[in-house]
Amino acid sequence: MSRLSDSNVAVAKEIIARYPRQKSALIPLLHLAQEQTGYISREAMVHLGELVGVTSAEVYGTATFYEMFRFEPIGKYLVNICGTMSCALMGSEKLMHHAEKRLGVKAGGTTADGMFTLAHAECQAACTEAPCLQVNYRFRLRVTTADLDNLIDDLKTGKLSDEIPVHGVLSKVRQHIAPDREVGAVAPELVNESPVWLNGKAAL
Amino acid sequence: MSVTYAHAPGFVAGDRPKIVTSRFEFADSYTLERYLATDGYKGLRAALSRPANEIHDDVKNATVLGRGGAGFPAGTKWGLTPQQVWPRYLVVNGDESEPGTYKDRLLMERDPHQLIEGCLIASYAAGLSQCFLYIRGEMALAQERVATALNEAYAAGYIGKNILGSNFSIDIILHWGAGAYVVGEETALIESLEGNRGMPRLKPPFFPAANGLYGQPTIVNNVETLANLPWLMCNGVAAYTAVGTKTSPGTRMVAVSGHVKRPGVFEIINGTTTFRDLIFGEEFCGGIKDDNKLKAFVPGGGSAPWFTPDQLDLPFEASQVGPAGSMLGSGAVMVMDETTDIPAAALTLTHFYAHESCGKCTPCREGGTWLERILRRIVDGSGTDADLQQLLEVGAMICPGDFPHAANEKLGLKAVPFPYKMTTICFVGPSAFAPVHSALTLFRSEFEARVTKRVTIPVTAVGVSS
Ligand SMILES: Cc1cc2nc3c(=O)[nH]c(=O)nc-3n(C[C@H](O)[C@H](O)[C@H](O)COP(=O)(O)O)c2cc1C
Ligand code: SF4
Repeated sequence: MSRLSDSNVAVAKEIIARYPRQKSALIPLLHLAQEQTGYISREAMVHLGELVGVTSAEVYGTATFYEMFRFEPIGKYLVNICGTMSCALMGSEKLMHHAEKRLGVKAGGTTADGMFTLAHAECQAACTEAPCLQVNYRFRLRVTTADLDNLIDDLKTGKLSDEIPVHGVLSKVRQHIAPDREVGAVAPELVNESPVWLNGKAAL
Repeated sequence: MSVTYAHAPGFVAGDRPKIVTSRFEFADSYTLERYLATDGYKGLRAALSRPANEIHDDVKNATVLGRGGAGFPAGTKWGLTPQQVWPRYLVVNGDESEPGTYKDRLLMERDPHQLIEGCLIASYAAGLSQCFLYIRGEMALAQERVATALNEAYAAGYIGKNILGSNFSIDIILHWGAGAYVVGEETALIESLEGNRGMPRLKPPFFPAANGLYGQPTIVNNVETLANLPWLMCNGVAAYTAVGTKTSPGTRMVAVSGHVKRPGVFEIINGTTTFRDLIFGEEFCGGIKDDNKLKAFVPGGGSAPWFTPDQLDLPFEASQVGPAGSMLGSGAVMVMDETTDIPAAALTLTHFYAHESCGKCTPCREGGTWLERILRRIVDGSGTDADLQQLLEVGAMICPGDFPHAANEKLGLKAVPFPYKMTTICFVGPSAFAPVHSALTLFRSEFEARVTKRVTIPVTAVGVSS
């Protein structure tokens, strides 16, 4: 059930083909699995191993290094509140306490209705807009406690469902390369000549 | 200055050229349409009309410094790849996650075509076989904007086979991470791109230029570094070096966050702009929040030793900031005013680096955790005076010898210059210590006020007869 669907296998194959070595596609494919199910199941890891030609243990080894991958279901909306220096200086601790009270869970916890998972996050590259948070990796900047209350209300009533997809969906746009435009990936051992334009002559 | 710049909206008050942020004022700055209307892909055309080695020479002569942290000149780095070894790759470092750093995300979200054009120019000049654009996992919008731009540029003939009808062909592959700060380190980035756990490799032998992706020569460049190239190609080396100083030409993007009136990301003149200009200048942050006093600031991202008001007049020039005891790093200034709880502020950073340790080196894995725990109990009020010494002892196992710090007139301190010695593979371990060391050196009294005297319970040995 949590193996990749047929349509996702097609996407996976397109991604794999872009790399000189198949294993390079692993992180994008783990995202694809998480997009399909909201988390990464054992079956998905076995399937990804088959697709890129490594053992499921190797897939597990890679997957567990990265914080965004989850191995059990979490809330529909993952609320990551930044706590690193710039946000801390601007009051992120207060924001976190407020969120904990409002959602009735501690950082790391998921609400009983499965709507929200609250988490502490590290620097999100929005330091001049502190304190900041992300909901399923979409930014909210200079967040006040009132903003946070409104955000939670809007997420509950589905007002933001166009802007913020459910947990697991990251980029809503995929790269597509038309076959007639693609140079194509070649295994490194099959390339041993310099590119044609490097022979000193102008390219145009 | 009598240099004309090809990008029309290139100036703001004070004759400040915008090399990489010129399109930010447009709401549709990320579209191909806007890009083409503002000299987009003109730099690529200019580059392709000349031999590749000349383009490489231009980048060398312009001294385009790396903007990812180390400040190494890009043209020199490209020249370090061994002769006659193919294929060679370009890996674009868009993993921006150093605390305080906020510029690459803007460049990817607001002007993705500029970055793509930069990648193409670099690939042409250095004879590269394939380009991978690695974006931090948590940046969904940047991934969408770059994916859209890549799709547009492929369709319009700017990427892929026979670019603009020339014999130059290259693919740019969008790749994205999944949350790990250390992956920003170039060898870890390569491990991650190979589908592995993102742990740094030992240098030597794994210098990417010689032995990088799949064991092949690989150029790793920061997003901002590459974003400079289209402007350089359009305007030429002389125009580029006319901005800034000889050793730090051009501009650089700097994010100023924390306790200032108007936090923001600014494109500043390299080499001459000072920290005082940035923090107090009306053109920039306009002073400290609530007109409070400045207590300290981090000059170059969370890894950098701290400065106090004594260092405000230093310019953005590595050759001056290094001897003064810190580094410019990734263009991130974090400002603390007089209300700041210094041990608590240091703890947020030490927690960050301890949390992000990949675990490969013992001094970083264990030492970072120890530093965090000891600091936390001091902040929580249960530390003792012995803990202060212990912090320094643990730090000395990560960085033996004198650790860099700033001069301080009031405390009678002389600067200890950058860099430091280290027992770890990468800079994550030392970075966990840097904030502790700075805070403890410059604000020791705040720690002393927090700790209690350690009570030694005398132990009387009872002899055991043999
Ligand atoms: C722990 C660590 C994290 C780093 N993170 C980044 C990063 O997020 N982005 C970046 O461009 N460089 C980062 N760097 C620097 C890279 O290793 C590398 O020097 C840089 O990408 C080279 O590009 P440049 O020469 O264009 O600056 C990091 C280095 C270390 C040690
Ligand atoms: S210093 Fe820390 S993060 Fe860097 S390689 Fe060693 S253990 Fe990993």
